[in-house]
Amino acid sequence: MAAELSRDLETMPKVRRKSRFFTSHFWAETLWAFVRAVLVLGICYIIVYPLLIKLSSSMMTEKDMYDMLVKWIPRKLNYESIVQNYRLLYGFMDYPKALFNSLVLATTVALLQVVSSSLIGYGLARFDFFGKNLLFALVILTLLIPPQMIMVPLFLNFRFFDFFGIMPKSVNLLGTYWPFILTSITGMGLRNGFFIYIMRQVFRGLPKSLEEAALVDGAGQFRTFLTIMVPGAASAMLVVFLFAFVWQYNDYQFTRMYLSNTAPLLPFSLERLTRTFDVEQYSKEYISILNNTGMIMFITPLLLLYGFLQRYFIESIERTGIVG
Amino acid sequence: MRIRFWPRFTLRRKRAVWGYLFVSPFILGFIAFFLGPIVQSIIFAFNELTIKAAGFELTYVGWENFRYALRVDPDFVRVFTETTIQILVDLPAIILFSFFAANLLNQKFRGRWMARVVFFLPVILTAGIVYRFESGDILTDVLGYVPDETEVFSVSRSMIGLLSVLRMPAWFVQYILTAVERVPDIINASAIPIVVFLSALQGIPSSLYECAAIEGATGWETFWKITFPLVSPLFLTNIIYIIVDSFTRPGNTLVELINDSAWGRGIYGVSVAMTWMYFGVIAVILVLVFLLLARRVVYMEE
Repeated sequence: MAAELSRDLETMPKVRRKSRFFTSHFWAETLWAFVRAVLVLGICYIIVYPLLIKLSSSMMTEKDMYDMLVKWIPRKLNYESIVQNYRLLYGFMDYPKALFNSLVLATTVALLQVVSSSLIGYGLARFDFFGKNLLFALVILTLLIPPQMIMVPLFLNFRFFDFFGIMPKSVNLLGTYWPFILTSITGMGLRNGFFIYIMRQVFRGLPKSLEEAALVDGAGQFRTFLTIMVPGAASAMLVVFLFAFVWQYNDYQFTRMYLSNTAPLLPFSLERLTRTFDVEQYSKEYISILNNTGMIMFITPLLLLYGFLQRYFIESIERTGIVG
Repeated sequence: MRIRFWPRFTLRRKRAVWGYLFVSPFILGFIAFFLGPIVQSIIFAFNELTIKAAGFELTYVGWENFRYALRVDPDFVRVFTETTIQILVDLPAIILFSFFAANLLNQKFRGRWMARVVFFLPVILTAGIVYRFESGDILTDVLGYVPDETEVFSVSRSMIGLLSVLRMPAWFVQYILTAVERVPDIINASAIPIVVFLSALQGIPSSLYECAAIEGATGWETFWKITFPLVSPLFLTNIIYIIVDSFTRPGNTLVELINDSAWGRGIYGVSVAMTWMYFGVIAVILVLVFLLLARRVVYMEE
């Protein structure tokens, strides 16, 4: 009934004002729509431009680079010419293995960070205890300190890890994934404070009544958290996952510090590329083509992930998820 | 009388204990992987550090590391000032652009979803590794990361004309010009500030706008009396984010210098001393921004 009514209202002929084209309002609107379209397209172009340049140059041969008439589309364009650079780098970068390792590491870190930051964020959002505000200030402080400040001490701590003197003999955790796991699970990973901040805001924004109902019905605190709060914050958690994944996948400094740059991971394969194809043996143009191809291969998994998750990402912004 | 082994917990107390349980990972991590290293880094700044097979050794050198960074190191002072100026230049530009872009993306128009997807794309692309390789790349050198250097050049030239006609002060013209040259960088750095502003804009209750419209407020008035004040707390959040982001942004030459002194040249103490000075300046900037803005920010009553 109600649906029919609203449909009728929609299909009802609208009352049109006669001289619509002559109102200044109409022209101002149209002009602004035009200006807006130009601005949005222009900004989009600036953002996408480097990607397009890389994509097009990854399909070129060295000859195309010297050719003044070629800017975007290479002279020869068939399956073989498109694939040639990729095929070369596929083997050279040890792509499948490096990609697999990078994905595993980034997924592990991102999952642990989602867990730790939602626990901590929930604790800060919904409980009253002594020192809560101080703790929140400390979360922000961990963000404000340049990571270089604690890099050297962290390096030494993990090199001679003795669990604060409890273990009789120190072990070397470098070269394993333990430094990543330990820092992520305690909310100290890359920009983890940012994720704690997001989760705190999200949990603060969720209605209290459901949670209280569950508690009154006899669910424990932890069960309430898992069954009531986590589903409510799911899309924000996906966003945190996306951020954490992306930053770990892209990270160079910490990963090199913990694992050294001989580890079979994508950033290091990419780096090896520039070291092997040096300017003395190959032309600058050819190196540039290979670099761009490598970068496309590096970025593609991220673009795919973003493609899958962008819906949740943008939805959670619309529902004012990220900042309460 | 029975003696109670467990103390009787009121509900309040119980909740507090649960609160501590939920945040306990952070407390552990903070002590182990933050507070400890911070204290160590203070110690390292005044010592010379040598790493050996069985551990590391410290020799006290006093202020020598700081003196080395400021007096002996050929690049530090120059890079340090450059980076500081860069942050001061970027900060207002990024804030203004992201606020503008968020307002743009908040309007209803066809293809808005697509525009948002593209605007947030830099979130996944701005990370270090990609830019590391871009800086040394011939294509990006020749064609420029800026779409076309000649275009921007002509833009800035006509801009100089316009601004001098308007009799703007020279420093302002200079600032605008630097900002124009850095447009792509600024757009890329704006992705998350846009997200923050946009979600704040979406959070403004529509009843306020309706009310304003009924009272006959113009769009201009609505913007300055409703939109701007309600979004104002997020300016602080974004300024903090932008500064934090600048630590890991690849164009940050100071961070590169610090990394190089630690991992390339092996002078750990000096690198930590440099970081402390860097942090000192950042802290001063943050405090100034905070003092400047804190009083003007409007908080909606909860």
